[in-house]
Parts: sequence; C-alpha cells; structure tokens
Amino acid sequence: MSNTAEIVQEEEIDLTAANAIIDKYIDMKGALMPVLQEIQEAYGYVPEPTVHLVADRLNVYSSQIYGVLTFYAQFHLEPRGKYIVRVCMGTACHVKGAGRIGDTLKDRLGIGHAETTPDLKFTAEFVACIGACGMAPVIMVNDATYGSMSVQKMDEVIKKYQGME
Amino acid sequence: MAANAEKIKVLICTGTGGLASGARAVADAFEEEFAKQGVEAKVGKRCEVVGTGCRGLCANDVLVDIVVPGQDPVTYDFVTPELVPQIVGEHVLANEPVAKKVAGPYYAKFLEKQMRVIFSRCGTIDAESIEDFIAHKGFTGIQKAVTMTPDQVIDEVKRSGLRGRGGGGFPTGVKWSFCKASPGETKYLICNADEGDPGAFMDRSVLEGDPYGLIEGMMIGAYAIGCKFGYVYVRAEYPLAIKRLQKAIDTCYERGILGKDCMGLGFAFDMRIKAGAGAFVCGEETALMASIEGQRGMSRPRPPFPAVRGLWGYPTNINNVETFANVSYIFYNGADWYASIGTEGTKGTKIFALTGKVKHTGLVEVPAGTTMREVIFDVCGGILNNRKFKAVQAGGPSGGCLPAEALDAQVDYDSLIKAGAMMGSGGLVVMDETTCMVDIARFFLNFTRVESCGKCIPCRIGLKIMLEILERITRGEGREGDIEMLENMAYDIKKSSLCGLGQTAPNPVLSTIRYFRHEYEAHIKEKRCPSNSCKELLKFEVVENACKKCGLCFKICPVDAITWEKGGVAIIDKDKCTKCTSCYDACRFMAIE
Ligand SMILES: Cc1cc2nc3c(=O)[nH]c(=O)nc-3n(C[C@H](O)[C@H](O)[C@H](O)COP(=O)(O)O)c2cc1C
Ligand code: SF4
Ligand code: SF4
Ligand code: FES
Ligand code: FES
Repeated sequence: MSNTAEIVQEEEIDLTAANAIIDKYIDMKGALMPVLQEIQEAYGYVPEPTVHLVADRLNVYSSQIYGVLTFYAQFHLEPRGKYIVRVCMGTACHVKGAGRIGDTLKDRLGIGHAETTPDLKFTAEFVACIGACGMAPVIMVNDATYGSMSVQKMDEVIKKYQGME
Repeated sequence: MAANAEKIKVLICTGTGGLASGARAVADAFEEEFAKQGVEAKVGKRCEVVGTGCRGLCANDVLVDIVVPGQDPVTYDFVTPELVPQIVGEHVLANEPVAKKVAGPYYAKFLEKQMRVIFSRCGTIDAESIEDFIAHKGFTGIQKAVTMTPDQVIDEVKRSGLRGRGGGGFPTGVKWSFCKASPGETKYLICNADEGDPGAFMDRSVLEGDPYGLIEGMMIGAYAIGCKFGYVYVRAEYPLAIKRLQKAIDTCYERGILGKDCMGLGFAFDMRIKAGAGAFVCGEETALMASIEGQRGMSRPRPPFPAVRGLWGYPTNINNVETFANVSYIFYNGADWYASIGTEGTKGTKIFALTGKVKHTGLVEVPAGTTMREVIFDVCGGILNNRKFKAVQAGGPSGGCLPAEALDAQVDYDSLIKAGAMMGSGGLVVMDETTCMVDIARFFLNFTRVESCGKCIPCRIGLKIMLEILERITRGEGREGDIEMLENMAYDIKKSSLCGLGQTAPNPVLSTIRYFRHEYEAHIKEKRCPSNSCKELLKFEVVENACKKCGLCFKICPVDAITWEKGGVAIIDKDKCTKCTSCYDACRFMAIE
C-alpha cells in the first residue's frame, strides 16, 4: 500500500471523469460497485483520490470502499501495464500444464501474479478461468485469446508484444 | 426480398477458434462470391463466442453450415477463403455438396448421442437477431404461460420435474412457490450467471448464443412468482456475454417486451445486468446478494432464506442461467414432454463442459442418465493421444474425482452423489495417466483457500493447513499419518463451515483419497509420483527400455536440453534442463521419469 500512496501522490489525478461517473449512478441503489468498476475502466486502476471522492459523494466510509476493493480480484489499486497477460490457472488449464506457462512468464518477464514490469509494459495475472477451457491451456493478452499454449508458443507471444510499442 | 426462412443461409463460426482460423476472411469471401453470382443469401454469424469451444470443435474451425431451405444443413470444417468459390459453385448453385470437405464421421458421432434442446438455438441462430429468435419459437413460452394463473405456471414447472442447474439440484417449482408465498408487493428475481466454477462455460455460451432465451425464462419466472424486478449477475470476465445480453435487453425495451406491460400481456417486469467482480464465493446466494448491494461478497447464515429476506431485505428468488433456459422449453413443449426425458430423479437434458485430456473438448448436451463412458468416449472421442483414462473430475471445486470403475455411472444428481462427486454446474475435467491425483487435490484446495471469504475459521484456517499438508506430500516430504489427518480435518471443516464453499471444499481431497489412496502412499512412503507429474519428485531422465525413440520430447523442449537422433534413445542434459516438464506431456510412452 505504501507503494500505491507514493505513486498516487506524484501523479495529478484529474477527477472530471470520476465525477461524471458518480453523477450517473448517484441515485441508484447499490451504486458503489458499478461506480468503482467504471472508474477502473476510465483510469485503468482505482486511484486513491477517486476513493475519497466516491466516499464523499456517495456518503460511505473510505474503509468500506477499501473493503470492497480488496475483496474482489478485479479491482486494482496501482497503475497497470499496457499489456495485461492473463494466464488461466483453472482446472482444465492446470491439467494441461498451465503451471509451466505461468513459470515461463515469470522466467522471461520476471513478474508473477498481480505484478507489473517496471517499464509499465506488462502486468501478469493468474486467473481462475477464462471460460475458454476447451482450448486449454489458455492465456489472454488484453482482449486477444491464445489457446493450446506451450512454453514455445509462450515465448513467441511474449516476443511479439515486446516488439510492439 | 424473400423472407428470411426461404433464403439460403451460411452460418460461420466466429468463436475464438473460428476467428483465430480466419472466420472473418471466410465470411468476406462468401459475401463477395454471392455478389458476383447474384445469389441472395444470408451470411450470418453463428455466434461470436469469444473464448469458448462453442461446438466443442474449435480445433476444426473454420466451421461453416450451409442451410438450403427444405434440406438438412451441411457442415464443412477447415474452410478457407480459397475454398469458398467451390462451395458456392457446387453446393449453393448446383446443389451438389463438396463431399471431400464435409465434416468427417467424427462430427456425426459427436452429435449422435446428444440431444440439443437448450442449445437448439445456440449456434444455429444469429444471437443478436430478435427476428431469428422469434422464428425459432421465441416468446411462445411466455405467451403460453400468461394463459395460466401464476399458480398453474408453478405447478407446470413442478410437474416437469426441473431441478436447478446451478449445482444443488433443488426443485425449481418448489423454490418458486416459497418466494411466491412470501408476503409483500416487492420481490426480486435474480439470475445467477457468475459461473465461478473453473472448467465450466455453458452459462457463458447460453448468454452469448441465446440471450433472448434467458430473458424469456426470467419473464416466465417473474410472472409466476410476482417479481417486478430482475437482475442478471454476470461475472465481469465475460465481456461479450454482458454486451450481447445488454443488447438483447435494450431491444426488448424498445419493443415493449420488457417494462410496465410486457408484450401487452398484462404484467410488469424490469431487468438489468449486474457485473460481478471476480470472487468464486459470489456464486453463493447470500454472498451474491451482498455483492449486488455493493458490499463485500460474504455469505450469511440461513435462515432467513432469500425467499423470505433477500436482496435489500425483500423476498428474492435466485436461479441459474441454464435453469431459466430450461423453463422456456418447458412452456414451448409442455411439462409432460419435459418429464419424459431423463431419469426418475433428474429430468430433461444436462449440458456438460468436457475439458482436459479428452479428444473433442467442448460443450455437450445429453439426456440426464447418459453414462459417463458414453459422454467421454462416444460423444467426445475418448482420451487424447490414446492414453489411458485415469479419472474424471465432476462438479468443480465442490465435487470429486471418479476413477475408471465409475465410468458407468449415469450423469444425474443422485448417481453422481452416490459415486462421491456431484453434478455441480456440469464441468467434467478428464484426466489421463499423466495427471497426479494428489496434485489435483492440492490444486482444488489452493483454489478454495484463495476464494474463501474468510468468515469461518474452519474454512479460512483449516483449508490452509490441509493445503500445507498436501504441498508437503507433493514435495516428497509427506509423513506417516498425513492421510488420516487430512480425512479428519476434511470432515470437521465440512461440518462446521457456514456456506457451501467450506462445506464442500474438502470433497476433492476425500474423493481422491477414497479412490487413489495408493498414489498418496507412493508419495509419502516411496517419495515417488506415479504419474510423473510432481516436479520435485522427478528425476528428469529417459527410461531407456521404455523409450520408443520417437523424438517428440526433443521437438518440444524449449531450451534444447534434449539430444535425440532418428532411431535413437533421447537423452536429457540436466544442466540445460529448466525442469519445465514439457517433455513429460509430450512423451506418449511415459518414458521420462
Ligand atoms: C461457493 C458457491 C459457489 C456457487 N457458484 C455458483 C455459480 O457460479 N453459478 C450458479 O448458478 N450457482 C452457483 N452456486 C449455487 C447457488 O448458490 C444457487 O444454489 C443456485 O444459483 C441456485 O440456482 P438453481 O436453483 O437454478 O440451481 C454456488 C454455490 C456455492 C456454495
Ligand atoms: S523439463 Fe522442460 S527443460 Fe527439462 S528437458 Fe523437459 S522439456 Fe526440456
Ligand atoms: S518422447 Fe518419449 S518415447 Fe519419444 S523419444 Fe522422447 S522419451 Fe523416447
Ligand atoms: S480452466 Fe482455463 S479457461 Fe477455463
Ligand atoms: S470457435 Fe468454432 S467451434 Fe468453437
């Protein structure tokens, strides 16, 4: 967490987008989650200043918001890489060797679950199931799905994205 | 323009497999060829299923169906743009299917034992077209339902014998009657589309391939129970499902199918999507409701049951996606028809997601009561690489692993429970001789430990301790007495946990001990993994007299640690080897230790 605070303090966060999102949901029951989800979509993560803004405007404690943010796997409190590499660790993928796909990612990029490379290019996420179990083992890089992965194919995919801006 | 039904249709698979194999180019080629030949035809997308094995045959993509009115559809596999002029010329224009390119006998076998009811539209119609839906019985179920009183609707569902498809198998009609009986004007209907069970993706396919079918099922439920508001709780990992369903809901509002007076039938129903945020426990009913309310998804004790005090404190009814999809068909075809399919205790069809070491991975719909053997061997072509079947994991993290002896078990709620697993949502993960059962138990425990909401101490701490023991065993540090300790803890955790997660989490451990105790013993006593799968126990050596000199390991090794020459035994260079275990999977002869 101390890490997050530092990054956030250095950066000026423009709250216009967050305010607009809150406007949209302010009268709705159960607004908190959709608001946080859209903030994350807009900023790529949930920056600390937006948490305080949401707390003020929706009239909930910041601690409650952090409770929600840390409970769900989907929320991120730190900036993330340009390419999110999601490695499926679900049952079907596990049986077909997802472990070594994850190991390869760690080995080649030095990042494990929920970690980001220092150049903010890649973020790794080991997830429970992508829902493409028929093509196991599966990874996703942003929205593109790659099925039937092997260590060799993993190397190719990593190289491809490393070569991209 | 001719009516839809009279046009020749070309259905192209645009799932992940399809797209990756060039479905877009194939679609363009058809459009182009039709324009050139002056043929009026509809080039539709079968279903834009990103990331599912929609027909279980993604490996054979691009799959194209040519549907000529009045004739059986013909399926082609491995279609390329180059092939399109020939298909159009011979099949569409001259009515002479291109025999060589028609999908082979495996495809007929894949379909033979299946009974595709819930999937009858999925993959056949253009999922985004409400006209297509209506042309395929769409909304005739709700129209029939409103000719009955709500109580009669509930009776019809009871009579059909439908049991919930979300895992527990609770009779749907009975559940509806509880919520209906609760006093109060405000009631909620929730569709559980969290599908947190890894290895299952049927709900996703229904959402993406037949979103209107789900809406219709929910409308029938809402009418019967008297709910005016519905939520569909979809996991956020399914963006395409959310998009498709949202589009379908929007269209229904535009046409007055949802809202103050649904289709002019005299009842009101509003619905909205709620995107989940990635926590397995949110599939549990009380946690799911907490999550909709914007809190952490933690379970709470029952009673009060949701039917009495649910979302925002009001009576609430929760059903699974597939359950609602079944409801529509009960009203299309009648409860008697429905009850005539399946077994004594489980009526209708069930969709299974077959994954793991099986040849044709995918989604399979069979009448309840089909045997495990039929599903794995007849429908899905048996074990990959002709290896030996070892076990099938049924029911996800709450279920169990069944050995070969259980292959003749029927797939229905009661038979599976008797065998020590459960139906769950219908995920079947097939394992061969290279899968270590202790490792699988470890895998599931790791999953449930991470996903535990942490409220109960037995679940939070107990699972962690069990996991540590299993990790020790897979590292070769197992001790005498570990198995008994695991069993004892398993029973205690099951007894003392609050929600279904903790109550079922030890199941994979218990079932693997029950059927594969010898594998645990080999790890503990001989420090050996019989499946050559636990990394710490592997020697990374080729067994000379088992090696068939095929060279597959040599080709797969990513760091060139293996030397092999045609006709020679492979040798692994231990200094170069990174212990990635790729070679174990590749070797068809279990020749690497
Ligand atoms: C930990 C846990 C996870 C669950 N996950 C799901 C799920 O992802 N989808 C689902 O439909 N039911 C899930 N269930 C079962 C639901 O709580 C509930 O029983 C079901 O949605 C009821 O619908 P049905 O009567 O139509 O089966 C889960 C239960 C538990 C205990
Ligand atoms: S374990 Fe991996 S690195 Fe070692 S020999 Fe086998 S394939 Fe090569
Ligand atoms: S894959 Fe197996 S059988 Fe083939 S060369 Fe390697 S060790 Fe020998
Ligand atoms: S288990 Fe990996 S995609 Fe489902
Ligand atoms: S994507 Fe085409 S069959 Fe699965």
